[in-house]
Amino acid sequence: MSAASLTNRTDPAHMVPMNGAGAIPLRGMGRLEQVLKPLLLHAAMLGATMVGGCVTLEAPDQPIVIELNINITQEVIYRLAEDAGNAIEENADIF
Amino acid sequence: MTHDIFRRIGLLVAAASVLATGLVAAPALAQRDPAYEAARSSGKVGEKMDGYLGIVGAADPALQKLVDDINIRRRAVYADRAASEGATLEEYAFTAGCLAIQRTVPGEMYQTPGGGWVKRGPGAPQRDPRCP
Repeated sequence: MSAASLTNRTDPAHMVPMNGAGAIPLRGMGRLEQVLKPLLLHAAMLGATMVGGCVTLEAPDQPIVIELNINITQEVIYRLAEDAGNAIEENADIF
Repeated sequence: MTHDIFRRIGLLVAAASVLATGLVAAPALAQRDPAYEAARSSGKVGEKMDGYLGIVGAADPALQKLVDDINIRRRAVYADRAASEGATLEEYAFTAGCLAIQRTVPGEMYQTPGGGWVKRGPGAPQRDPRCP
């Protein structure tokens, strides 16, 4: 017995033949109904989503800290280092 | 040959005089306010990674004012020089923070890459890996 035959086989792949009229039978409906029915279905689905599918967001306990420093590259720091060193020496009273 | 030696001596004398002038001129630059110096050495304030001064423990109004005053002036220096270097304020301030932490002396407080306050020991301070 091969390993493949131990598992349940799924149905062979098939495609549902396309139906030009769609799943909703259109016979006996007026033109207005043909337009309104999909809209009503959508409205019903939207309503169901709004009632049952609410997403609850809770505010985090800790304040959100956005770390801006991570965007600063080493290349830039090395370029600025000499000038920054001078700035510190020229403003020794505040460093 | 002799002429060459004299010329070298002349250069040394010139260099020494430049150094001496620098040493004489240095104290003319403004020094830290005694209250600021005391706050630093007692560890009430420390150097932050972002290039500004921070209060380490409990803040009192006088200390807060001292720190705010210095940080406002630092920010003005950073903004001015960042503009002439074509860099952002944050980039310049962060670079200055690297250097300011490097220049702390043992006993002063500084902020580690992890964000905590640490007292500077005899060795090199813990700094961001990007620091020069």
